[in-house]
Amino acid sequence: MATQTQVSANFKSWPVILALAIVSLPLIVMYLYFFIDTITDSAPGSLIPNAITFRHWDFLWQARGNRPSIWPVALNTLVFATTVTIIVLLVSSTAGYVLSRLNVPGRGFFLAGVMVLHAFPSVTLIVAIFLVLQMVGLYNSLIGVILVKAALEMPLGIWLMKGFYDTVPWEIEMAGIADGASRFTVFRRLVLPQVRPALMALGLFAFLSSWSEYILPQVLAPGAKAQVLSVYLASLIADDNNFDLSLFKAVGVFYIIPVLILFLFFQKHLMNIYGGGSKG
Amino acid sequence: MRILLDKFSKSFGTTKVIEDLTLEVADGEMLALLGPSGCGKSTTLFAICGIHKVTGGRILFGDRDVTDLPSQARSVGVVFQSYALYPHMTVAENIAFPLQVKKVAPDQIKREVDAIAALVHIENLLGRRPAELSGGQQQRVALARALVRKPDVLLLDEPLANLDAKLRLEMRSEIRRIQLETGITAILVTHDQVEAMSMCDRIAIMNAGEIVQLATPTEMYHNPRTAFVAGFLGNPPIAFLRGTAKDGGFALDNSDIRLPLPAGTLSPADGSKLTLGIRPEDFGPLGDIAIPGKIAFVETQGRENLYDVRLADGSMLRSIQPVRGDIAVGNEVAWSASGAKVMVFGEDGARL
Ligand SMILES: Nc1ncnc2c1ncn2[C@@H]1O[C@H](COP(=O)(O)OP(=O)(O)O)[C@@H](O)[C@H]1O
Ligand SMILES: [Mg+2]
Repeated sequence: MATQTQVSANFKSWPVILALAIVSLPLIVMYLYFFIDTITDSAPGSLIPNAITFRHWDFLWQARGNRPSIWPVALNTLVFATTVTIIVLLVSSTAGYVLSRLNVPGRGFFLAGVMVLHAFPSVTLIVAIFLVLQMVGLYNSLIGVILVKAALEMPLGIWLMKGFYDTVPWEIEMAGIADGASRFTVFRRLVLPQVRPALMALGLFAFLSSWSEYILPQVLAPGAKAQVLSVYLASLIADDNNFDLSLFKAVGVFYIIPVLILFLFFQKHLMNIYGGGSKG
Repeated sequence: MRILLDKFSKSFGTTKVIEDLTLEVADGEMLALLGPSGCGKSTTLFAICGIHKVTGGRILFGDRDVTDLPSQARSVGVVFQSYALYPHMTVAENIAFPLQVKKVAPDQIKREVDAIAALVHIENLLGRRPAELSGGQQQRVALARALVRKPDVLLLDEPLANLDAKLRLEMRSEIRRIQLETGITAILVTHDQVEAMSMCDRIAIMNAGEIVQLATPTEMYHNPRTAFVAGFLGNPPIAFLRGTAKDGGFALDNSDIRLPLPAGTLSPADGSKLTLGIRPEDFGPLGDIAIPGKIAFVETQGRENLYDVRLADGSMLRSIQPVRGDIAVGNEVAWSASGAKVMVFGEDGARL
């Protein structure tokens, strides 16, 4: 409260709020209509809805035309995002530790290499990856895209985790060793808990990024079996014959709800990734 | 348990930190490794606890050669300068950790944690996290964690460096009390001579990776082997006068002051460089070797005053005396040193 009054003593806040509101109004209206259009009907050319309906949401309980039902697609997306997250977390937490602590040969070279990989735009790799996947027989399979996506997410994760491990004092590990714990016990029981905030944040990042990934599944697993929501959504607008904007919006809302929920619950952890430090 | 370092050497890559160091710590003894920063104290300590692999020599606990044993198999308790408490665990969990790792039964863990907590007086803190403790309390927890396994050896790396002056005084006697109560063999690493003198049975004073002298605090104070040792022990510190040997006496550089050498000193060859060491308590109105000078500074210490006396050649002697009101800065004084206490060092710093 005290800070509140201090702030308003220095300058009036309502003009700022007003200006911000005006600037962001188009965005707000857009989101609002995005949602309203999915549960209403309006006359062609009119912005004012004239009837409430749930028929745009019927994709939830029936498959439309020759399209697959939404549920296997949603499940695919969930499996895709979850698996990628798990792989990224496993690899980053262990590789980051090794790079931060152990004297592996070629460590500097490896770190630089990881950095370059991270800076590499993934689209430029896509043709090569396509060929590789076809050769090893993972083209058009969920496993294939999972591996590719995880590989592309990893460099950032490894660097991030290395940075967080660097902030954990050496003495804690020395103390653990002197207390009689094995190197692995020290890692699991003493070091990992210190970087938990980083793991949470990285996991969320990986999950959200995989959930919204479009290019990779579109190119590497376009088939109906491995389809994910982003590809499904894209196929809705690509379909010129029975173009249904309201359906597109409804699926869109369906697609972003998990993201919003995750964000609501975990935004603190997400902020952590920029704050750094192991205080948590 | 007795600890023996036998011709122990340690280098990091091409940097030799310790070479051929031999040191024996008796069972139940508390020994101080005292020396300036960077002289290799912590390196020695970490070699004993097994965190550093030695490059040469042997380390024995009792009669057991532990040179090639990993730290986990050595049974050492270590207290780090930063305490290194596990921040995500409560005090009780911190202390229990070494026992959990040993797979001790939970009810026994509880009993031992309670017992050790009582020993170091932290019974009421068991539920807190390290961040909620003061420095002295963290120190006690670190001690408890190091001792809970009943290790053969307790190693303390600058345990008091992070405490404020008052707590340092308190923890000095606490650590000693706990060491005596448990009867554990302990090595205390410190760069503070007061800690070493007040807490330990013997002091090993180190310089540049070598042990210069190993003796009891009293012996080392009154009978230092080199100028380095003499300069390291004592607060306020000893004052040195530089000069040359002349006709069996001492000629102070850049002045015409001549002083007799104390009885019992081997007469050095004429013209050789000498250093006289005179402790503040051995210089005052009562000595037998008169050294005239001028008061340059008076430091009030409460019970005593410390006088800086500037001699004709510009060098400085210190005198500590009960507070007296008759002396002010600028006064000429003719105080003397007690000849029996003056120490003479040769050019290489060794005591003559
Ligand atoms: N891990 C290491 N790698 C290289 N040099 C080290 C390492 N640890 C210590 N040293 C060097 O060894 C010397 C002694 O260090 P240390 O034992 O920590 O001194 P101190 O007596 O202050 O505890 C120092 O010169 C330090 O630079
Ligand atoms: Mg040190």
